Amino acid sequence: MVRPEKEEDLLQVLISGIVIGTVYAVLALGFSLIWGAARIVNMAYTSFYMAAAYLFYVFYSLVHLNIFVSAALAVMAASLIGVAMYKFLLEPIRAHETVVILVSIVMAFFFEECVLSIFGTTFRSVPPFVSGYREVFGVRVLNQHFLALLVSIVLIIGLWLFLSRSRTGIAIRATSQDREIVNVMGISEKRVSLIAISIGIGFVCVSSVIITPIYVVEPLMWMHPIIMVLAIVVLGGLGSLKGSFVAAYILAFSEVAVVNWIPMGSFIKSAIALLVMVIVLSKRPEGMFGTLFEDERL
Amino acid sequence: MLRRMMSASVLSMCLVLVLAASFLAAPAAPSEVRIGVPGPMKAPQGDNIWRGAVLAQEEINKAGGVNIKGVKTLIKLVKIDTNELLSVSDAVVAVERAANDVDFYVGMSRSESTLAMQDVIVKYKKIIVDCGAVHPELTMRVARDYNKYKYFFKGTINSSFQGQVLMGHLDDVAKVVREQLGIAKPKVAVLVDKLQWADPIAKMVETRAPEMGLEVVGVWRPSAMASDVSAELTAIKGAGAQILFHATAGSMGIALGKQWGELQIPAALVGGDAVGSVKSYWQATEGLGKYNTVMAGIGPAKITEKTMPFWLAYVKRFGDFPGYDSSTYDAIYILKEAIERAGTLNADTLVTEMEKTDYRGAFGRIVFFPRTHQYPHDVQFGPGYDTWVVSQWLGPDNLSVVWPMGWKGVTYEGSTKYQLPPWVIDYWKKHK
Repeated sequence: MVRPEKEEDLLQVLISGIVIGTVYAVLALGFSLIWGAARIVNMAYTSFYMAAAYLFYVFYSLVHLNIFVSAALAVMAASLIGVAMYKFLLEPIRAHETVVILVSIVMAFFFEECVLSIFGTTFRSVPPFVSGYREVFGVRVLNQHFLALLVSIVLIIGLWLFLSRSRTGIAIRATSQDREIVNVMGISEKRVSLIAISIGIGFVCVSSVIITPIYVVEPLMWMHPIIMVLAIVVLGGLGSLKGSFVAAYILAFSEVAVVNWIPMGSFIKSAIALLVMVIVLSKRPEGMFGTLFEDERL
Repeated sequence: MLRRMMSASVLSMCLVLVLAASFLAAPAAPSEVRIGVPGPMKAPQGDNIWRGAVLAQEEINKAGGVNIKGVKTLIKLVKIDTNELLSVSDAVVAVERAANDVDFYVGMSRSESTLAMQDVIVKYKKIIVDCGAVHPELTMRVARDYNKYKYFFKGTINSSFQGQVLMGHLDDVAKVVREQLGIAKPKVAVLVDKLQWADPIAKMVETRAPEMGLEVVGVWRPSAMASDVSAELTAIKGAGAQILFHATAGSMGIALGKQWGELQIPAALVGGDAVGSVKSYWQATEGLGKYNTVMAGIGPAKITEKTMPFWLAYVKRFGDFPGYDSSTYDAIYILKEAIERAGTLNADTLVTEMEKTDYRGAFGRIVFFPRTHQYPHDVQFGPGYDTWVVSQWLGPDNLSVVWPMGWKGVTYEGSTKYQLPPWVIDYWKKHK
């Protein structure tokens, strides 16, 4: 084990943790929003992350569109696929939560097989929007990571403003608190759920096009994010946006700390992050910001 | 009544004669030699395996086929998609299903899956030539239980010898670092994926690097499918390494090349990547993997008189560079010669002929270790045998052999000197 003897080690963990944590936060917030408003645990959530990545690759590398146009089209197309899947497959069975989970797991593997059949397992790539890197206190950070950080912060602030200031946002929060009463109050719970799901899926697709230029586009790219998202929302407390936000950073810092201080164990960085989740849950089964903060939900 | 008895006797005699003839007649010559080609056919590794086999089949069939006791017999290839990179059980089912349709198996890719497939195929007593999986356990089994596993042969060296290739290359790079950067004891970071094939390599580097005058600053073992290694790279830069030694087989290798180049980590990226020696590597890393070195069974240099003709034919036909697993090309020729010597497709007879193999192929001189060796039926490694090569990416169509360069007296015509990335030189000139 390498001990953090230098200040540099701590700075590396801090900076890498902030960058990765912010990306995780965006992914988790979208998932939390879907659960909170529509009570859907969609295991195919990060399949749209994968779909957006592949569509981005197709529009840019094969159709040769401008990179920003490619990204925008990829987000729109993947979001449409996600909303269509919810509308035609999950909405009719929404009352049966276990069945929803099972169907969404099947859909996740179905999407993976579709991608495998069309693209095979050959690794693909898209270029960054902003190439190169910057040094922050001696730690090198990709410019694309800075862009991801910026976009993530904009999305998070935008979501907070939307939920706290707009009529639809308030309706979404009301729906998450009591679905039956909102119907009585004249708010269409179905319509509000659909809007929440569209936003949630939009979040994951935007994350994808921002992060994909850093990563590799391959058919299994949906698996690690769904595991981390589940861990984050469970740790934070299901349906709690504040909880998801905080939990994202806890798990990101755990992963980065393992890579820096136990390099031989970097292949289990996610498992160790999940262990942190288990330890917290053993003390607080409802998650960090679970049922004790009912009125904070969404 | 008598007439009936006589008819019955005549019929019985005819039946006896026919039965006797069928027992005594020579077995019919096979109409074709059916070679199963198992591999992950939706992955680059599967492409390499299949393409090498196709080139060999076409050449042999164009020349008339395999000569089995004077009868020219064509080769038929049977593609077997094992999906072995993702599922061991899929691989096992695929090869078992093909068992009645093939006479031989030439291919395979992933060690974990090949260990399972090996157990299934030997039950059917069919010759296997594994051209992709490299874990030493595959041939150690032959040593432990020769009668069961004798049908298994390797088409390429195992990972303990690959480790020696990488050590030789690491030593060369360390010399370049000492000469060009003026650093007497270079620091090396080790980044090896967490798969079975890489375990011997990781151990070897940790033990041998200090003997080579190197300081190991850390060993990172990320998942082979990791898509972000920026945290690892940041840690490696922080550890002050001048050399980043890697051994990778999955998507992590692509992420590594891409992020290393983008972050311009001031450490020479050297080592082996199972999918790093084909053109899709350059495309997938957006060219940021330039200056990375990759270990492979073949490169654009004169390993033997057959290497460059094969390399050029492969590039012309498929628009890509051959990978190490394209050694299915040599494997099929080796099988052909063994069949011709034996005059039969009988596996037990062929085992004896295969053990006598001494074949100069595109990938090197292939001779198998004898049954008394630690790795029986594995490919012999060393000068005059199969040495593998290390190549460096210098452009989208420019992969250049940089090792061996005088290793044990071996240098292949067409090799060039290893080049340090310019940003590594600039960084260490300022930060010595």
